[in-house]
Amino acid sequence: MLALDRVGKTYPNGVHALERFSADIKLGEIVAIIGGSGCGKSTLLRAIAGLDRATTGTVTLDDIAITAPHAKIGIIFQEPRLLPWLSVADNIGFGLSELSAAARREKVAQALARVGLTDKANAWPRELSGGQAQRVAIARALVPQPEVLLLDEPFSALDAFTRRDLQDHLLDLWNDTRPTLMLVTHDVDEAVVLADRVLVMRPRPGRLFEEIKVNLARPRDRNSPHFDNFKRRVLTALDRSLDRNVPDADAKSTAGEAMWW
Amino acid sequence: MAMTVELPALERTDSTTPETKVSSARLRRYAGPALGLLLPVGLAVAWEIAVWAGLSNGRLVPPPTKIFATMVELAKSGELSRHIIATLSRVASGFVIGVVAGTLFGAISGYWGLARRLLDPTVQALRAIPSIAWVPLFILWLGIFETSKVALIAVGVFFPVYLGVMGAILSVDRKIVEVGRTFRLSGPAMIRRILLPAVLPAYVVALRVGLGLGWMFVVAAEFMGASEGLGYLLIDGQQLGKPAQIVAAIVIFAILGKTTDWLIELATAPLLRWQDAFGGKGGAA
Repeated sequence: MLALDRVGKTYPNGVHALERFSADIKLGEIVAIIGGSGCGKSTLLRAIAGLDRATTGTVTLDDIAITAPHAKIGIIFQEPRLLPWLSVADNIGFGLSELSAAARREKVAQALARVGLTDKANAWPRELSGGQAQRVAIARALVPQPEVLLLDEPFSALDAFTRRDLQDHLLDLWNDTRPTLMLVTHDVDEAVVLADRVLVMRPRPGRLFEEIKVNLARPRDRNSPHFDNFKRRVLTALDRSLDRNVPDADAKSTAGEAMWW
Repeated sequence: MAMTVELPALERTDSTTPETKVSSARLRRYAGPALGLLLPVGLAVAWEIAVWAGLSNGRLVPPPTKIFATMVELAKSGELSRHIIATLSRVASGFVIGVVAGTLFGAISGYWGLARRLLDPTVQALRAIPSIAWVPLFILWLGIFETSKVALIAVGVFFPVYLGVMGAILSVDRKIVEVGRTFRLSGPAMIRRILLPAVLPAYVVALRVGLGLGWMFVVAAEFMGASEGLGYLLIDGQQLGKPAQIVAAIVIFAILGKTTDWLIELATAPLLRWQDAFGGKGGAA
C-alpha cells in the first residue's frame, strides 16, 4: 500500500506548493489526480517518485519511507524522455542493467511485442512518432515491474485519437501485473476512463479538495450516460475547487485562475 | 508524392537509358565535394594561365606548377617528410596534453559546482591572456627546444576543450538526468550512461576547435626558433626570398589541418549517428 501522510512541500523560493495531502492507495488501484494549474499535482507526484523531498509529512510504500527514487516506483513523464543515443530496445532495457544480457533481451523483446513496436526495436528515438515514443516510455517504466507507476500528464502532448488509443493500451498493460497507477491529468475524460478514484485538488496552496469514486465496470464506454454522469461530477467538483459556483464570481473567473485546464 | 514519381518518368522519355541514370547518381555523390573544389582549383588555374601568358612574372606569387615543383623537390631530398614529421609530432603531443588536461578540468568544473566556483574564474582569467604572451616565459622555464613548443600548443588546445566540456556538462538536459535518477543510477553509472553520451556531440566540436588552435599555435611555436618543421620552412622561405617554399608550406598546413580534422570527424561519426540535428540532414540545401 502507498500511504501519503500529510505530505507538504514548500520550495526554497517560498512557494507553498502542497499542504497536508493525505491518501492511502491500495495495490492495484488506479487513482487520477486532477486540479487547476498550480495545485501541486506534479509536486505531489515528484515527492512520491522520490525526485523531490517533501518538506513535511511522509510517503511510505509498504512501510518503506520514500525519500529517494525506489525500485518499486516507476514514473512516466509528460515527454517520453527517451535517451536519444540508445535504440528503442536499449531504451526499454535501460532499467534492467543488473540482469544478464540474455534475460534483458528476452524481457525487452516481450515488452516491445506488448506495446506493438517489435519492428522498431533497432530504430532511434528520433524516428518515432509522439505516440510511439510515449509507448516506449511506458514499456521502459513497466519492464522492471514496479509496484507503483506514476504518470505525470502522460498523454497531454498527443492528439485526441492517439490519446484514447494509449489510454486503452495503458489499461491493457496494467491488467498484466496490476500495479498501482497514480495519474496526474488535466483531462476529465482521461480521469474517468482510467481511474477507480479521482482526487480533485484545489490550488494555492495545493491540497485535496474532493474525492470521487468511479465505480464503473471496465472496459468503460465513453459514450454511456453513467460515464457522462461521472464526468459531470468531476467537472462540478473542479468548478467548486476554483470557487466558480459563487454567483458573483464572474469578474474573478475572467482573471485566468479559473482556467483549470 | 505523386508528383515526384511522375517527374523522372517524363525525363526518361526523351533522354535516358539505365546506364546514364547510374552515372547521374554517381555524379550526384561526387558533386558535393567537387563543388567545394571549384573555387580553389579555378583560382589556381586562372593564376597559372596569367603567369604563363606573361600577365605577371609570378615572382612574389608563384604559379601552382612552381609550388608543386618546390614540394616535389623538398620531398625528393627527404626534407619535406622531416619537416612534416617534426610539426605533426609537436601538434600531436601538444594536442594530447591539451585535450587530457582540458577534458579533466572541464569535467571537474562542469560536474562539481564547488570546483567550478573555485577553479573557473582563474581559468577564465588565464584564458584572457593571449597565449602568445606565454612564449617568453615558456622559453625561460622550459628552454628553446621541444618542451616549450609543445607547452604552447597544449595551452592553445586546453582552453577550447575545457570550455567545451564544461559547457556541455552544464547544458545536459535536466529531464534526461532525471530519467537516470528514477532508475537509481550511481554517480559513476550516471556519468557513463547519461552524461558521457549526452556531452559527446559538443565534445567532438571542442576537439575540432582545439585541434584548429593546435595548428595555429604550432606555427607560432616554430617561429620562435626551430631548425625543422613547417613553420621553419616559412621563416626560411622568407629569409632566403623563396615565396614558392612559403606557399608550399602553407598548402601543406592546409592539407594536414583539413585531414586531421576530417579524421576526428570520421572517427566520431559512428558515435553520433543518433543525433537528430539540422546538420545531420546536410543543412538547408
